[in-house]
Amino acid sequence: MTTTTGPHPTRRLILQGAASVALLGLGNLPFGAAPARAAANDKYPEEAFRQKSEADAIKVLYGKTAEPSDKVKLDAPEIAENGGVVPISVTTTLDKVTSISFFVAENPFALAASYKIPDGTIPAVANRLKMARTTKLVAIVEADGKLYSATKEVKVTVGGCGG
Amino acid sequence: MASSIRVRATSNGDITEVQALIQHPMDTGLVKDSKGELIPAHFIQELKFECNGKDVFVANWGTAVSKDPYVKFSFKGAKKGDELKISWTDNKGGSDTTTAKIA
Repeated sequence: MTTTTGPHPTRRLILQGAASVALLGLGNLPFGAAPARAAANDKYPEEAFRQKSEADAIKVLYGKTAEPSDKVKLDAPEIAENGGVVPISVTTTLDKVTSISFFVAENPFALAASYKIPDGTIPAVANRLKMARTTKLVAIVEADGKLYSATKEVKVTVGGCGG
Repeated sequence: MASSIRVRATSNGDITEVQALIQHPMDTGLVKDSKGELIPAHFIQELKFECNGKDVFVANWGTAVSKDPYVKFSFKGAKKGDELKISWTDNKGGSDTTTAKIA
C-alpha cells in the first residue's frame, strides 16, 4: 500500500472512476428505453399508492389507460360481510402477462396491490383486500404492453347482519 | 421467534402452486386506537418469491391489503425438492425471510 502504488494513485483512481461511470451508464439504459412501464420496474411504486382515485392510480402506475376485456376474470363476492377481509382473485387467458393490479375505487387510496408476473408464472392471483364501503373493484392485467381490465361491484355490509 | 411467514408450495410435476400467509398488522394509518390516537401506518410494501435464483412472483402492496395477508399464485419451471425463498419488507424497514421446500 505504500511504495509500489506511490507514483500512480491518481491514474488508478481515474481509471476506476471511468469504469464505474461506464457501468452506471449501462445499468441505466433499460430504464431509459421504457419509461412508461413503471410496474415492470423493481422499485416500489410509492406515488401510485398515494393516488386517491383509481383512474389517477392507473395513470401513475402504468402511464396509459385500460380497455375492458372478457378475458380477464375477476372473482369477488357480491356481498362482503366484513370489509376488512374480502377474498379476491383474478385469472386471465391473455398471453404475455407482465403484471396484475387491484384497485378499490372507494378506498382512501385506490391502488391496493400490484403483482409482477415474470415469465413462467401463471397469470392468476388470489389475495384478500380491505374495502372501506360498497365499492367498484377494478382488476388490471398488463399483457404484451397493453392494459386490460375487469370490474365488479362489491357490496360491503360493515357491522351488518349479512343483509 | 417463529417466522412470520407460513408458506405451502406443492408441485404436480409441471406447475408449482404457492400459498403464503404472513403475520403482519397491515395498519393503514387511518384507524384510531381506543384512546382516539391514530395508529401509524405499518404495512408490507414488497413481498418477493425466488426460486432457483429467479424471481417468480413480486407483490407491491399498499395499506388496502388485509391484516395477516394471504396470497396464492402458481408458476412453472420448478420441481419437487427445489427451494423457494420468500422475503418481505415493510414501510418501517422491518423484514423477514424464510425458505420452503417444494413438496
